[in-house]
Amino acid sequence: MIADEKYIFKPATKQKLFILIGVGLLLFAVGVFMAKNGGHHEGAEKHASQEIAKSLVASTEPAEHVASTEHHGSPVWLKRIYTSLWQNNIFFGGIGIIGLFFIAIQFAAQAGWSAPIKRIPLAIGHWIPFAGILMVGLWFLVKGDLFHWTDHSLYDVKSDHYDKILMGKSAYFFWPLHAGSFPFFFVLRMVLFFGLWYLFFVWIKKEMLAEDINGGNSHWLASRKLSAYFLVIFAVSSSVSAWDWVMSIDPHWFSTMFGWYVFASWWVTGLATITLIVANLKGAGYMKVVTQNHIHDLGKFVFAFSIFWTYIWFCQFMLIYYANLPEETVYFIQRMRTAPYSWIFYANIFLNFALPFLLLMTRDAKRQISMLKVVCPIVIVGHWFDFYNMITPGAMKLEGGVGFLEIGLAMVFAGAFLYVVLNALSKLQLVAKNHPFMQESLNHHI
Amino acid sequence: MDSNRNFVVGIFEDEDVLLHAVEHTREKGLKIHEVYSPFPVHGLDEALGYKRSRLPIAAFLFGMTGTSLALLMQIWMLGYDWPMIIGGKNYASLPPFIPVTFEMTVLLAAFGMVGTFFIASDMKPYKWPRQFDIRSTDDKHVMAIDLATNKMSKEEISALLKSQGASEVNEKNF
Repeated sequence: MIADEKYIFKPATKQKLFILIGVGLLLFAVGVFMAKNGGHHEGAEKHASQEIAKSLVASTEPAEHVASTEHHGSPVWLKRIYTSLWQNNIFFGGIGIIGLFFIAIQFAAQAGWSAPIKRIPLAIGHWIPFAGILMVGLWFLVKGDLFHWTDHSLYDVKSDHYDKILMGKSAYFFWPLHAGSFPFFFVLRMVLFFGLWYLFFVWIKKEMLAEDINGGNSHWLASRKLSAYFLVIFAVSSSVSAWDWVMSIDPHWFSTMFGWYVFASWWVTGLATITLIVANLKGAGYMKVVTQNHIHDLGKFVFAFSIFWTYIWFCQFMLIYYANLPEETVYFIQRMRTAPYSWIFYANIFLNFALPFLLLMTRDAKRQISMLKVVCPIVIVGHWFDFYNMITPGAMKLEGGVGFLEIGLAMVFAGAFLYVVLNALSKLQLVAKNHPFMQESLNHHI
Repeated sequence: MDSNRNFVVGIFEDEDVLLHAVEHTREKGLKIHEVYSPFPVHGLDEALGYKRSRLPIAAFLFGMTGTSLALLMQIWMLGYDWPMIIGGKNYASLPPFIPVTFEMTVLLAAFGMVGTFFIASDMKPYKWPRQFDIRSTDDKHVMAIDLATNKMSKEEISALLKSQGASEVNEKNF
């Protein structure tokens, strides 16, 4: 029924990706050089607003915290590299895991429409092991500079730095070891989550590929079962990983919406990535079985979950704004009111809500590949800034910025990510051969 | 109700037969007044050559009206007419207005759409729809053809419908 079709990873495409990585590395090097030698290029205006922000922050945190962040740990340029590496890995790792999550949702919901496009999220899932190894490796590299709570003097009652609040949260990081030593529980969760995600990825992939050869319903049923287990695990692990890897950068602050917020951001980015890859493959003449109706469904996904992300964003913002508790509002003051981040805070809403909402509103827009090729990159870049907005202000305090360094690293990550994904895709059948719902999907009509 | 309109009514048993019949009779130049079916038939709108509904445009305009009305109402009430400080916020602070604005947008879009739909499809109290064949609410597809809009004679249309698989062809006057 379905002809053999493979994506050909052309040398020209590979070359383009290497150029992307090369230019990224070049920009990164220029950025590092500028950050190292340029020093503080601050105007009087920026300085004044930083002073205001400092006083706002100081009023809510013990004075020594603010003072100690100024010259603490690695030099600013190195901190910027660490922060940017961490942010990019969380962002692209999230897209990878969403590849698997998308497949699991399709199996669990017994969806028929998505049968011909499932190989694209499967290819995206191949990034999971890379993200996992990078994540664990990076954590040991950046922990002292990004994660304030790793400072052992915070848990020493005799020390000036003793922090009662973090002492109360210490079991979450250090169990079963004593507070201030090796964060066993934290690292265990990181390894466990990536291990489980990768394991389920391998299992589900195995079933999906065996279906191409053997046919029948048994592989589909096995995939559905695995997907259901995975979804339960992912429901917990996605939230906890958001607290661990992103929220614990601001260890005094907490938000009960945060797990959902990070998930929503990952999810819509992943959907935009899947849509963009499908749109580009279609444009290059692949995947004849994918019609405008499938494209329409993907467009609806991107549209709907851009609004879902906004809803979560607003829920988090609104409650904190209205309750006006100092220990909660400090998070938004750092982001809304301070010079290096303020524009990103507003650009975030504009790029991730206003633009996709207005551009994808009509039926025709969601059915046009050319429109999706405009909106999906906007959403992906927008959510890169969303993760920047979550991670950098907490890690860099007032010393962050978006320059060649950050853009360069993002390009390197994007190039590596696309290389892994497209390389994996070229080794798969582009369209599942014996998917039990294929006939339904071929007649999909909306 | 306009008086004395004559219709030829074709009854079809199967939706595939109906779909092809619709396509073929339209190719032959026949204007179909309306088709009634007991369940939605995929592709029937396209076969009948219906244009896409413009209801979403009305929904958007009603929604925008709701958004503007809600914002104006709240800003005027809490900012100008009766300025009140709530929770230490400014008189007219935007974030707490958003939930009400959202609800008003949805409310006006929904009501506006229902109203527009009723008016556009001429549904009003004490207006009874023409019943071409009561079985269209049960198990038969019914194709109604207005004689006044077609050049063909009654007999020609009847023969055409029969040849396209109609199980019976009736006449109906209103």
